[in-house]
Amino acid sequence: MNFDLTEERQMLQDSLRRFLKDRYTTSVRNRILESDSGMSAEIWAELAELGVIGALFSEDHGGFGGKGFDLSVVFEELGRAGVVEPFLDTAVLCGRLIAELGDNTQIALIEDIIGGELQLAFAHGEPGSRYDLNQVTTTATESEGIVALNGRKAVVVNAEAADLLIVSARESGAVNDEGGISLFLVPAGTKGVTIQGYPLLAGGRAAEVMLENVSLPATARLGASGKSFAAIETAVAASNVALCAETLGAMETATRLTREYLMTRKQFGRPIGTFQALAHRMSDLLIEMEQARSAVINAAGHLESNRRIREHHVSAAKNLMGRAGRLVAEDSIQMHGGIAMTQEYELAHIAKRIVMSDHRFGDTDHHLERFIAIAAA
Amino acid sequence: MDLSYSSEELAFREEVRGFLQEKLPKEMSDKVRKGEELGKADVERWHAILNTQGWLAPNWPKSFGGAEWNAVQRHIFEEEAAAHYAPRIVPFGLSMLAPVLQKFGSKAQQDQWLPRILSGEDWWCQGYSEPGAGSDLASLKTTAVRDGDHYVVNGQKTWTTLGQHANMIFCLVRTDKDVKQQEGISFLLIDMTTPGVEVRPIILLDGSAEVNEVWFTDVRVPVENLVGEENKGWTYAKYLLTHERTNIAGVGFSQAGLTAVKRIARSEMAGGKPLLENPHFAARIAQVEIDLMAMSTTNLRIISKAASGQAPGVESSMLKVKGTIIRQEINDLARRAAGVYAMPFASEAVEGSNAGLPDPHMAGPVAAQYFNNRKLSIFGGSNEIQRGIIAKVTMGGGQ
Repeated sequence: MNFDLTEERQMLQDSLRRFLKDRYTTSVRNRILESDSGMSAEIWAELAELGVIGALFSEDHGGFGGKGFDLSVVFEELGRAGVVEPFLDTAVLCGRLIAELGDNTQIALIEDIIGGELQLAFAHGEPGSRYDLNQVTTTATESEGIVALNGRKAVVVNAEAADLLIVSARESGAVNDEGGISLFLVPAGTKGVTIQGYPLLAGGRAAEVMLENVSLPATARLGASGKSFAAIETAVAASNVALCAETLGAMETATRLTREYLMTRKQFGRPIGTFQALAHRMSDLLIEMEQARSAVINAAGHLESNRRIREHHVSAAKNLMGRAGRLVAEDSIQMHGGIAMTQEYELAHIAKRIVMSDHRFGDTDHHLERFIAIAAA
Repeated sequence: MDLSYSSEELAFREEVRGFLQEKLPKEMSDKVRKGEELGKADVERWHAILNTQGWLAPNWPKSFGGAEWNAVQRHIFEEEAAAHYAPRIVPFGLSMLAPVLQKFGSKAQQDQWLPRILSGEDWWCQGYSEPGAGSDLASLKTTAVRDGDHYVVNGQKTWTTLGQHANMIFCLVRTDKDVKQQEGISFLLIDMTTPGVEVRPIILLDGSAEVNEVWFTDVRVPVENLVGEENKGWTYAKYLLTHERTNIAGVGFSQAGLTAVKRIARSEMAGGKPLLENPHFAARIAQVEIDLMAMSTTNLRIISKAASGQAPGVESSMLKVKGTIIRQEINDLARRAAGVYAMPFASEAVEGSNAGLPDPHMAGPVAAQYFNNRKLSIFGGSNEIQRGIIAKVTMGGGQ
């Protein structure tokens, strides 16, 4: 047993934390949140330069990491600073799909991702699919080497900025079959693609993506026809490890701010943290933080395991983070009082990041049911 | 024991329903149902409709132009108003300041201010909290120093709800620094158009601009705007707080909220079926519904006691704690139900419509409301303060 980070990961953590502390200040982030694009190209380039994206890919693909613990180190720091740039979407979710399924031409895109020159978005979820990965009604029909896509994709994070969309579509089977789902690389601006963008409550942007007779060459297909479900599930598992680590980092910030506030804010002539009612609540949050950290370690440490073990730990972590995250966000706000309700106070953004992470890749209930199903299988 | 309304109460409920169906403008209830912020004009319009009916001030005695409803009638109105998605009545003048003026104000003050509250000529806001005086309200530092026929006011108030619409503010100010904190506070009415008053908006975490900071720099206030006696303001403030706590349980809001959660969950699909049919989610809804049914009866028990003339004491603290827990739980269920569609939000959409945002279930900005309603357990005496009161009253200790 050894719970220490390797020297490389420790260095990555240190340099990333230092960079974000200096560079990603509250005022910088507030400017990004208010901007039209909802992200900073400058920050993206600087973090790519720092090796943050490279750490998310294996050496085979030109990176220097790519394991569960690489993801958790990077995303914990991004979460701690409340970073809104879509590293998760471009590098983890889409990056993994390409790494797993791509042919040589497609794999070559990873170099540009690592260099910070390519933005990607995964257009998979649909208005009626909620958190079910197998629910795909968008269709792909191939005729004489040309594929036509038709359908609608819901809340596609980073769709507007993406140079390439990875679109899932059904080539065969019933709407909820795991088999029959294919992926396609769709360049920005392709005829028939309509993108209706909007901001997200916790920062960043997403869009509804309408596909109407989108015509693509068959070479746009990523992986074999109808056989992409396993890769989707694996990429989402990695994304959940990243998202849980990000939420953990944000929870660290929330509890740090709350602890500091309890020790400095005075009412009735003494620091409010000396009132037992609040002191005990703070203690409960710190206990939950340890649980959350362990859940992230469990999930990250089993990301390279077989499907059953991996998904068992991923669902366990996402369920626990949904519960612990809600508790930390709500109690941190409550113990602060009104000040935490204000937009300009650091905690407001952090609390939104924490709670809204429950709305991506399956919420706490979804993963509880999945955990039960996996255990029973 | 009889759990049903009397025939008079049932007739009253029918009258209220008929009024709401006939007089509540549809565009207004649509806004409330979608969770959109109402503008000043909307509120003024709804107040005027109620005033024409004689129902704007249900808690006022008839002698002051009120409806003088008993507690059960008020409860029926609040429940029906929420069920019909009526805008809430803005309480600062009507149910917070007015009872203080009616009990402690001079005849001249009553004649001057009460009719203007009913007519909508004045929009009042509340100047209580300060940056350093939240839960510990009595430590407030805004000063009022007597200078001839005026008080000169200096200091800062915060969390002033809808202060941006107000032309008048009732304030707690310090008029004596040398006595016990509670004994040096006075209750002052201040015209916000006086030089030296400045209102600055505070943007909340959901992007809304409903609360403000109010700054006072050498603001001259005529002495006739002092309510009651100098240095007795704390007594009046406590009296006001008991009125702030009518409808504190928010049963009507919770019932309307629960209906909305079910509507969203009926429309949202999970695993090919409506989310409402998912046993896990259905259990979550049932759990809070069971709590709400019991709290509704607790609320009615306390209301009946109040209607028979007994003042509610510690029970109003209990209702505030349980009521806010239930309301916040319902807000939580609404954001869960909406799934990925809880994520989109444009803060500029707070006022006006959410046009342009995808909202397949007509859920409205459920996640923003979830965050905004964290305030319920903070304002009007936080739930920790309420628990302290319950402990103090029942065990003599507290804190």
